[in-house]
Amino acid sequence: MAADPAPAPVVEAVGVTKRYGETVALDRAGIQVMPGRTHALVGRNGAGKSTLVSILTGLTSPDEGEVRFGGEPAPRPADRDAWRRRVACVYQKSTIIPELTVAENLYLHRHDLNRFGLVRWGALRRKAAALLAGWSVDVDVRLPAGELDVEQRQFVEIARALSFGARFIILDEPTAQLDAAAIARLFTRIRALQEQGVTFLFISHHLQEIYEICDTVTVFRDARHILTTAVADLSHAELVAAMAGEATGLTAALPRASVPADAGEVLGVRGLSYGDAYREVDLRVRAGEIVGLAGAAASGRTELAETVAGLRAADSGAIEVAGRRPRPGSVPDALAAGVGFVPRDRHHQGFVPMMSIADNATMTVPERLGEAGLISGRRRDRLARTLITNLAIKTPGPGLPVTGLSGGNQQKVVMARALASDPRLLVLITPTAGVDVKSKEFLLGKVEETASGGSGVLIASDELDDLRLCDRLLVMFQGRLVTEMAAGWHDHDVVAAMEGVRLDTPDASDAPYTPDAPDTLDAPDAPDV
Amino acid sequence: MSEKTLTPAPESAAPRRERPRVRLAGLRDFALIPAIVVIAVVGRIVHPIFLQPDNLINILQTMSEISLLVLAQTIVLVAGRMDLSLESTFGLAPGVAAWLTVAVGSGAGLGVLPGVWAIPVTLAVGALIGAINALLIVRFGLNGFIVTLGMLIVLRGLLTGISGGQTFFNLPPSMLYLGSALWLGVPASIWLCLLLFAFGVVLLGFTRYGRALYAIGGNVDAAKAAGIRTGRVLWTALVGASLLAALGGLLLSGRLASVAAGQGDGAIFTVFAAAVIGGVSLNGGKGTVFGAFTGILLLYMIQNVLTLAGVPAQWIQALNGAIILIALILSRLTGGKVQE
Repeated sequence: MAADPAPAPVVEAVGVTKRYGETVALDRAGIQVMPGRTHALVGRNGAGKSTLVSILTGLTSPDEGEVRFGGEPAPRPADRDAWRRRVACVYQKSTIIPELTVAENLYLHRHDLNRFGLVRWGALRRKAAALLAGWSVDVDVRLPAGELDVEQRQFVEIARALSFGARFIILDEPTAQLDAAAIARLFTRIRALQEQGVTFLFISHHLQEIYEICDTVTVFRDARHILTTAVADLSHAELVAAMAGEATGLTAALPRASVPADAGEVLGVRGLSYGDAYREVDLRVRAGEIVGLAGAAASGRTELAETVAGLRAADSGAIEVAGRRPRPGSVPDALAAGVGFVPRDRHHQGFVPMMSIADNATMTVPERLGEAGLISGRRRDRLARTLITNLAIKTPGPGLPVTGLSGGNQQKVVMARALASDPRLLVLITPTAGVDVKSKEFLLGKVEETASGGSGVLIASDELDDLRLCDRLLVMFQGRLVTEMAAGWHDHDVVAAMEGVRLDTPDASDAPYTPDAPDTLDAPDAPDV
Repeated sequence: MSEKTLTPAPESAAPRRERPRVRLAGLRDFALIPAIVVIAVVGRIVHPIFLQPDNLINILQTMSEISLLVLAQTIVLVAGRMDLSLESTFGLAPGVAAWLTVAVGSGAGLGVLPGVWAIPVTLAVGALIGAINALLIVRFGLNGFIVTLGMLIVLRGLLTGISGGQTFFNLPPSMLYLGSALWLGVPASIWLCLLLFAFGVVLLGFTRYGRALYAIGGNVDAAKAAGIRTGRVLWTALVGASLLAALGGLLLSGRLASVAAGQGDGAIFTVFAAAVIGGVSLNGGKGTVFGAFTGILLLYMIQNVLTLAGVPAQWIQALNGAIILIALILSRLTGGKVQE
C-alpha cells in the first residue's frame, strides 16, 4: 500500500472546531486518511465522531479549520455533486427509498432520459444491473429496495457511492445490525475494494473488528483528537485507555454502608433464558442492595432487565420478586409484586408526552387515585405534588405536560412513576441517558436513598457513572453473566469486560478473536453529537 | 478508474436470496381489473343496457369531473401529502369565474368581466389556492392535513358568501363549452379526462419530476440527499393539483350549465376512497395514476349498476359507503398487504 513515497491524503481535516450553542462538538480536531487504507475512527458517544463525519461529507460546515480532498480544498457546501464525487457515507439509517426499485434507487434523480425527456426504464435497469455486477453485488435490481436486508442494502449503498465516482467511503457502524456471517462477507468485500483502490473510514464500537479490518486507527474523546496510529502498534488496553480517558481512573463514589448479611432476597432469577438475547442467567438482589448489570448494547442486559419488569416473557427459568412469582410477561403482575421500572427509552416507554406530569407520574397506581375505576383529580394532584417535591422536579405545577420539561426533569417524572408504587425492587435501564450532570447526580442519589429505604435495585447500563454506586457489578457479555466485581472496580476493567477483551494479553495481535463478538462500548443507536 | 477494469470480488454478496417472486409491485396496478370485469358482467346481467356504448359514455362522463380530483389527489398523495381542499376548489374556482362574469340581475353575478375571462379566472383561482396551500405547508411547515382542512372550510364559505347561497345560472358560453361539447361524438370532458390521466401516467412514471414525487413521498431525506429540490417539487405538485381541481369544477359547471353553492361538497371522501382502492398509499411514495383511475372507474361502475338495478336514490349514499368499505376489503385481500 505504501508504494508511493509521499501520497497526498485522500481526505484531511485540520484544526476543525464545531460548536452547537454551548456545546463544543469538535475542538480543534483533525484526521488524515491515506489512500488505499482502511482507517478506523473510534470514540465513545459524544466524542465527536458523527460531527466529524457530517463535516467530512459536507453536510455541516466547520466553524474553524478546513477540509481537503487529495490536497485540494473542499468544494463549496452547496455543490453536492462535487462532494459526492469525493466522499460517500453509508449510514446506519438507511438512505434508500423503500418503495422504489433497487435500480431506481441507484440512479435516483440521475435517470437516463430519451430525447423526449422521458425515463428509459430498460436502460436504467441494465445500467444498474451492470453497476452491481461490476462490483459483484448479487441483488435483483427490479426488487423494491424495501425488500432488501441490511447487508444487501449496505452493498447497494456502497455501489451507489462508487457510481458517483467517490473512492473514499465512510462506513458508519456497518456491522451493528449484521450477523457474524454477514460481517465476514462485508469484510471480504471491504478488502476486495481496498485492493481496487477504495479508501474506507470505518466507524465502529466493536474493537475486535478494528483489529481485524483496519490498518490505522484514530481515537476521539470529548470532542478532541487523541491519537492516530497503526492498529498493529496499539494494544487493546491502550486503545481502551485512549477511549475511556486516563483521568477517570478510580471510582469516586462514596463508600456505602454494606448490606446486612441477613437482608431478605427481593429478586431471585434462576436459569433464565430468552431467545438469543441471554441464556441461563442466575442472579440475586437482596433488600437494600444495589446491583449493577453492565454490558454492551447487544449483551442482553436490557432484555434481562425488561424480563424482570414483565415486558418480556422468558423462554425458561424463573423470576421471584419478594417471594412472589409474577406471571411471566405481565407488567401488571410485576407491578403488583413490587417492581418499579424505569424503561430504556423515556420517549418511547417512559411517559406520554402530551399528558401532564401528574397523569404520568401516577400512571402506575390508578387504584390509589379513587374508587371504582374513577380517578379523583384532587387525589391525583396531591400524590403528584408529593412526588414532585420528593424528586425536586422543576415545574410550576402538576398540570404541566411532560413535553414542557427539560430532559433531566422528564427523567425525574419517569423515576417518579417508578417510585409511586413504593417498589420493593427498582429496575432501571440506563437511568441517566441524555440528562444533564446535576439531574444525573440527583437521580443516582435518589436510587441510593431508595436502596437505603430497604428496596433492592437493579441497574442495567453501560454508563460507568450509573454503575459506580453499585454494591456489586455483574458484567454481561454475549448473553451471559461473565464477571462479578465488587465496588471499587477500575474503569478499564469494566470497559474491557463489557468489550469481551482480556487486558492481561501483552500483545494486541495475540488476543483471541471472536468474529461475532457484539462487543460495543455503548448503544450503537444512541445519537452522538 | 472505470468499473469495467475492476476484478470482481471472489464471493457473491448475498447468495441466500433466490430469484424474485412474481413482481407484486407491477401487478398491483392491475389489481382492480378483475373486479371491473366482474362488475361489467354483473351489470350486463342486471340490465342489458349496461354495456351499451351510450351507458358506458354516460358512466365516463359522470366520473370525468371528479376523476380529475382523483388525479390531483394521487399526485399529492404520492408526494406524501394530502389536499382536502380540492373539493372546495372544485366549487370555488368556477364559482368565482361565474360571479365575475355573469351579468347583474341574474342571481349574485357582478358582471364586471366579459365572458371570455371565465376560463382564465377559473384556472387562476385554482393556481392561487394551490399557492396558498403550498405557502402554508411547504414554506411555513404547517401540517398539511389541518391546513387543507381549514382551506376546505374557508373556500366553501367563500363560495357560499359570494353566491349568497344561490346557484349561478346564465353562465358565459366559454364556461359551458368544455363541459358540453362533443368531440368526435364523445363528450369533450371524457377526452380531457382520458388525456390528462394519460399525461399523469407519463408524468409520474416516466419523468424525473414524477420520480422525484415518489422519492419525496418515500423518504424525504434520501430525496434531498439525491439532489432533489423537495420544496420546489412539492410547490408544483400542490399548485398543479389545485389547477386540476379547478378544471374539474369547470367541466362540471359546463355540463350542468350552473355553479351550485355546494358544488363539490363531500366529493373528497369519494376521491380518497378511489385513490386508496386504486392502490395509492396515504403515507406517500406508493401507487400509480393508472391504479387511481381504475379505482374511480370501479366506484362509478358500481353506482351505475345500482341505479340500473332500480335501487331507490335514497339508499344510494348508504350503499356508496358500503361499496367503498367492501372495495377496500377486497383490495386488501387481493393486494395482500396492510393498507397504510
